[in-house]
Amino acid sequence: MNPFSYARPTRIEEAISLFGPQSRYIAGGTNLLDLMKENVERPEQLIDITQLPLKSIEETPEGGVRIGALVSNADLAWHALIERRYPLLAKAILAGASPQLRNMASTGGNLLQRTRCYYFYDSTVPCNKRERGSGCPARDGLNRIHAILGHSEQCIAVHPSDMCVALAALDAVVLVTGPQGERRVDFRDFHRLPGDQPERDNTLADGELITAIELPAAGYAEHSAYLKLRDRASYAFALVSVAAALEIDGGIIRSARIALGGVAHKPWRCTEAEDALVGEPAEQSAFEQAAQRILQGASGFEHNAFKIELSQRAIVRALTEATEGTAA
Amino acid sequence: MSQSPVGQPLDRVDGPLKVTGQARYAAEFPEAGLLYGSVVNSSIARGRIIRIDASAAEAVPGVELVLTHQNRPPVASYDEPYEDDDAGDGSPFRPLYNDRILYSGQPVALVVADNLELARYAGSLVKIEYASEPHHTDLRARLDSAHQAEVDLPPPRGDAAQALSEADIRLDVEYSTPVEHHNPMEPHASTVHYLAGGQLEIHDKTQGVQNCMRYLEGVFGMEGKIRVLAPFTGGAFGSGLRPQYQLVLAAMAALKLKRSVRVALKRQQMFTFGYRPRSIQRLSVGADNTGRLQALTHQAIGQTSTFEDFTEHEVEWTGMLYDCPNVKLDYQLVPLDVYTPLDMRAPGAAIGVYALECAMDELAYAANVDPLKLRLLNYSERNQNQDKPYSSKALRECYQQGAERFGWSRRSPEPRSMREGNQLIGWGMATGVWEALQMPASAKARLGADGKLVVSSATADIGTGTYTVMTQIAASALGLPMNRVDFQLGDSSLSTAPLEGGSATVSSVGSAVQQACAGLRQKLLDAVQQMPVSAFAGARLDDITFADGSMTLTADTQQSVELAQIIAAAGEQEVEVSVEPGKERDNYATATHSAVFIEVQVDEALGTVKVSRAVSAIAAGRVVNPKTAGNQIVGGVVWGIGMALHEETQMDHNLGRFMNHNLSEYHIPVNADIGAIDVLFVEEHDDVVNQLGSKGVGEIGIVGVAAAVANAIYHATGKRVRGLPITLDKLL
Repeated sequence: MNPFSYARPTRIEEAISLFGPQSRYIAGGTNLLDLMKENVERPEQLIDITQLPLKSIEETPEGGVRIGALVSNADLAWHALIERRYPLLAKAILAGASPQLRNMASTGGNLLQRTRCYYFYDSTVPCNKRERGSGCPARDGLNRIHAILGHSEQCIAVHPSDMCVALAALDAVVLVTGPQGERRVDFRDFHRLPGDQPERDNTLADGELITAIELPAAGYAEHSAYLKLRDRASYAFALVSVAAALEIDGGIIRSARIALGGVAHKPWRCTEAEDALVGEPAEQSAFEQAAQRILQGASGFEHNAFKIELSQRAIVRALTEATEGTAA
Repeated sequence: MSQSPVGQPLDRVDGPLKVTGQARYAAEFPEAGLLYGSVVNSSIARGRIIRIDASAAEAVPGVELVLTHQNRPPVASYDEPYEDDDAGDGSPFRPLYNDRILYSGQPVALVVADNLELARYAGSLVKIEYASEPHHTDLRARLDSAHQAEVDLPPPRGDAAQALSEADIRLDVEYSTPVEHHNPMEPHASTVHYLAGGQLEIHDKTQGVQNCMRYLEGVFGMEGKIRVLAPFTGGAFGSGLRPQYQLVLAAMAALKLKRSVRVALKRQQMFTFGYRPRSIQRLSVGADNTGRLQALTHQAIGQTSTFEDFTEHEVEWTGMLYDCPNVKLDYQLVPLDVYTPLDMRAPGAAIGVYALECAMDELAYAANVDPLKLRLLNYSERNQNQDKPYSSKALRECYQQGAERFGWSRRSPEPRSMREGNQLIGWGMATGVWEALQMPASAKARLGADGKLVVSSATADIGTGTYTVMTQIAASALGLPMNRVDFQLGDSSLSTAPLEGGSATVSSVGSAVQQACAGLRQKLLDAVQQMPVSAFAGARLDDITFADGSMTLTADTQQSVELAQIIAAAGEQEVEVSVEPGKERDNYATATHSAVFIEVQVDEALGTVKVSRAVSAIAAGRVVNPKTAGNQIVGGVVWGIGMALHEETQMDHNLGRFMNHNLSEYHIPVNADIGAIDVLFVEEHDDVVNQLGSKGVGEIGIVGVAAAVANAIYHATGKRVRGLPITLDKLL
């Protein structure tokens, strides 16, 4: 860990004005501090944002919910409003990390956690995401946990978050403030695919700060499921995860949302597959078709091709569970 | 008269110290002015260091030293001093010895600074230029370079090839197991206190303080100037059997700077020394159509380093566990550009018995015999490897009592025949076996004027309960309450003890403790007979009962004297003994056994596995403390489940480097992976193994578990996965 300076502003504008070329905002620090200890991140300044007024959960006039960026993952998952109206989000959060980490980790920080690709984390080996142009040993190496969708020549890493998979399915909006003012970013546009800039995980500009997440009114509370498949029952990142949400009327699907985790550089949505489900009976054959549509174009590497079949089955299972009704 | 503490499920005597944080571990001993070292490890797997540029690191204020092979203190230049008590054949690794890189992660520099954060930061500034050479780290890719392991395998018996060709049923199967790392909770660390006069007093994380002391004395030519202490060891599982590099580096820095230095490894660095080696095992099984074994061959190929041959008892179990007339065993090693493997819980047996017990399960299906009945059908009364009877073997009772506890008789024999919703249910079982060793050991017992019995030996407590069981043995031998007995360990200046390993500590050190206390009993009787209390005149030890802090004539319980009175009159009494294994042991084979029963739930579509129930029935002689022993078995079962489903250190063979080197990506089971674990100890009387009749339980808990899980998965799914760990992708 390199030496750094530390500031703890109390106002948002102050935090933004402090931000320099080698600054990082820090909230829970559950990922950033690890990365600093491994010399992956070497900020010269840490701007501790935990004193900013971003800790509330409020209903919006549109019938949705606005979540302050500093609400802890634990507080969010156990919030009555979230449990009742967005059980998919609560379940996804609780599928991730450990209670201790969820107590520390913030809502905004969860969006910004970085891939757990082994090569990214080991600063003695090449990694295009860590050091542009150095190479990607994962392509011909240990790639069991890597992407099957949207990967590039430069990078096959996946986004590690569970919470973000649910937020993607729920069509959340990310509220951002920065040197250029405020803006709203649709969740699907917040994270990005690696392309030839794998060092960039998302579309935030330098100095921009996430202030809140907004959820629209539709929470799919009756028919949703979060299914996470991993190598042990807790404290492991998803090999494949599925956030499935349905609106069903008389056995017919009126609206469908499906997001995948563990398979791409960002939570994966396929609106074409979702749209095709509308009007179909909520049954196995429709789910299988949707899964096939989502996975069209998926391609694996030496050790992760199984994720394609696993995703297919997981999507069908999650949609089946959602149809049966959100589990208590 | 109060009950003897031996056999009681007593709480740990060191428990309060541990839960209140008073038990100090190697990196927790404070000292004013202590310096902190941070190790820099190589990024290449093979080659040479061309250039080291430490200038940026040295320029950091607070950095005292950047130690490399170029400026280290002088060390021994021949192999012998480096050959510690657990060394294999070859030339042991020498930290910071020269410019050669032998494996990825090899320590190449130590940065010493005023605090740990500075040392780590400065470590990141050390620039090392390498000349890489081609490396080989893939066992399977290098099978053509295998050589015969230098071990005394039992000679072939009968004609296995012929018997296989004539057998009604023949199976040829190959199993593989991955590299696994010990990962004790406490990372390796050494705090070297530099004493006036240049002597070193060292707190080290080790399973053998005297092993480390002798090693350092030899490496630095410092005979009589080194004391090694390890009063508490936060788990080790074999990783503390050999002195590890942080010990040498910390001592080098202390000698060079004439200052006290601490070096603690990071979790990532716990993947830069010994581990359980990857194995490829081929078994051929021949049986008649009733399942009666006719022939067994077992070939194991393991990996080792280019500089040492690591061997373990991997295939011998196949020659002893079942009655079989024709057996051939073979064991080969492949040298790779990796560090030397290291004994890890039930070394050899954990992987060798896994393969054997899966093969037996395959035979059970081929012969259409219940897996438990198959084991009973082939039960061995003698160890045919040695052609000796067992000193005791209550494996039948393990099978019977374990099966009953589990409900095995309700098992539906067909694979895929039991299910609940999406979950396929599988029941599997396996046998476990481990040798019951005894090593020479010494102990000292002193009954002091304060009425306290202090017993000591330079052994270790790696969380297993050594403090507690030794206190029980001593308290029992002298009829004292537990709180009047103090057991001391983990100090190289104490009576000689072997490495704490191999499930031999109760057997070896426990026997010494018992004998030392027996000697003390005689001394106390002698002392009484010098006193004016005449009732004991002419009495022999056999006539006397030691209980409740007193010595009493068994035939006339009115005649009793408190031990404290004897000490008051005759002064402190002390006895030190060295105990060798009994000669009678030579006529017998000695072993512990287990029967493991496992229930799994496998999601038919998604391949996820949950071990919902485990029963482990253990035959290990007399159990000194069923609570601490039970803890060990539970830990072993959990580890066996992890071995079956989770654990694998993944090597990138292009880089020659382990990549999942942290506890986030190196998966061990979490609580949510573990269902009910039921441990039972069956009655097993043994007069031969040692005077305690106790065999030790450190290893047996893990042996057979992975096979039982794999067999249960087969029963659930009909899929025979022959490579560990059985991750969900292998079941899709």
